[in-house]
Amino acid sequence: MTVATEVAAPATIVVEGLTKRYKGAEVNAVDGISFRVAPGELFALLGPNGAGKTTTISILTTTLSATSGRATIAGHDLATEASAVRGSVGIIFQKPSLDQNLTAEENVRLHAILYRIYPYRPLFSLMPVGYRDRVRELAAILGIEKEMFKPVKTFSGGMKRKLEIVRSLMHRPQVLFLDEPTSGLDAASRRALWDHLRSVRAEERTTVFLTTHYLDEAEDADRVCILNRGRIVAEDTPDKVKRALTGEYILIDAEDREGLRRELALRAIPFTETPQFRIPLDEFGAHPLLRSIETPLSVVRTVAPTLEDAYLKVLAQS
Amino acid sequence: MISEHSQLGPILALAQRDFTKLLRDRARLITTLIFPFVFIGALGGALQANFGAAIGYSFLVLTFTGVLAQTLFQSTALGLISLIEDRENDFSQEIFISPLSRYSIIFGKILGETLVALPQGLAVILFGLVVGVPLGPGSVLGLIVAGTIVALFGGAFGVLVLSTLQSQRAANQIFPFIFLPQFFLAGVFNPIQVLPWYLEIASRLAPMRYAVDFLRGIYYAGSPEYDKVVLQDPLTNLAIMGGLFALFLGLGTVLFVRSERNR
Repeated sequence: MTVATEVAAPATIVVEGLTKRYKGAEVNAVDGISFRVAPGELFALLGPNGAGKTTTISILTTTLSATSGRATIAGHDLATEASAVRGSVGIIFQKPSLDQNLTAEENVRLHAILYRIYPYRPLFSLMPVGYRDRVRELAAILGIEKEMFKPVKTFSGGMKRKLEIVRSLMHRPQVLFLDEPTSGLDAASRRALWDHLRSVRAEERTTVFLTTHYLDEAEDADRVCILNRGRIVAEDTPDKVKRALTGEYILIDAEDREGLRRELALRAIPFTETPQFRIPLDEFGAHPLLRSIETPLSVVRTVAPTLEDAYLKVLAQS
Repeated sequence: MISEHSQLGPILALAQRDFTKLLRDRARLITTLIFPFVFIGALGGALQANFGAAIGYSFLVLTFTGVLAQTLFQSTALGLISLIEDRENDFSQEIFISPLSRYSIIFGKILGETLVALPQGLAVILFGLVVGVPLGPGSVLGLIVAGTIVALFGGAFGVLVLSTLQSQRAANQIFPFIFLPQFFLAGVFNPIQVLPWYLEIASRLAPMRYAVDFLRGIYYAGSPEYDKVVLQDPLTNLAIMGGLFALFLGLGTVLFVRSERNR
């Protein structure tokens, strides 16, 4: 996305000076944060436990009131148009929020009727054709045609999560909030879930607001925002956050460690011992650097930082 | 999309959810049937055998009407309080983030719990028939209508209780204090025509009193025992319950939503 279109498109989420202090707390759980999320963006809110991620999501989804500050979602003010906000967002909570006693289809139907997408009918067979077709289509996407009419309590964790995503998209929300959607899922389920979300984003252009503990999931985000103790400590594209905080580096080692240490010092090459010798690559290219070293090397490895490296560094700094 | 303002469909859908849950929860169905059996059968029968002749009306029937009203009132009240459990299971989040008015959500829940209470009421009526409570088709119909009103009223009372509780644990601890005294103050299985002044005040403060007396007013209408058993005119009870219903529902919903959002 170019800078020009970024300015032109009205933001889907606008947050200004949002603050929350829980009753009886001495510090703010969320402390004057401001950010904007553009339409169709995948925005990742990161931070350690207690950073204020869930508080932020709860406020933005109207289940918690802010102490001060303001926010709009899809142009609706959170404080004065809560109902309109609720109509334009979908939410996947940290804990599953399916009714375990109902079947998958009954959970989806309850949602569809609560959001007034379809009129109330007591049975699936009496629901409008449009609804029945949509349910069959969704069940096919998830590969649960047979399970659709079984109680949710018989579902696996991954299947429940997928069902929640399907359900939350029934009313075609402009923004989908995902509060740690993959916590407690195995690797295969996590991957399947993300594949599904990617196709949803491609088809529906839904804005996705994600909080996660898995930093590899945020690598795909258009922008990441790192929260610590209720404040924003970094906000940019994952690449820029990584580059600003940790550049690429090379790890080398030698049988003659003393010799290597002496040589690096002599050539004024900056390094840290971790215990291998770690040399940042912002000043030198890897090739000229290696050529300049005469001590025979036993280890050579270049390392590109991950978002996780940047994340840990930014938290340590703040 | 259907009309933005139509709240009826969502209310019915919420109500159906509770009824479906009851049908799938056999253990709950069975336990709710045992309680009336104990009170009408054992207590009513024992009191009838010992004092029945002295008071000039059937203790068994008094207990039957009392337990019927109490069952319906308490069932919906407890059902509403189960919103706390929903909250702890995080299911209520799904309902509370829907673009539905908070009053509609609570009303849908009251309606659902009333549907859950009514089969229990029918079981009590059936049991009454078995133990020989005089019940014609007219009285059964009257009891069902009156029972529905009592159940709705219990639901509103439940909303008020719910709005002041923070957790299921708190709810479990407070239940005996909220419901047990009302059994006696409302005269579920004991006559309360004559009470010491302090109990009279407490009795008038117990919402269940009006529910029990209303249902008895309907059952005993036109019978010679009416004046000995019924405390006040059913219409007066209905008016009091209507006023309290609006008060409990309004105040309870506002307090509940506020406690949810202002944490």
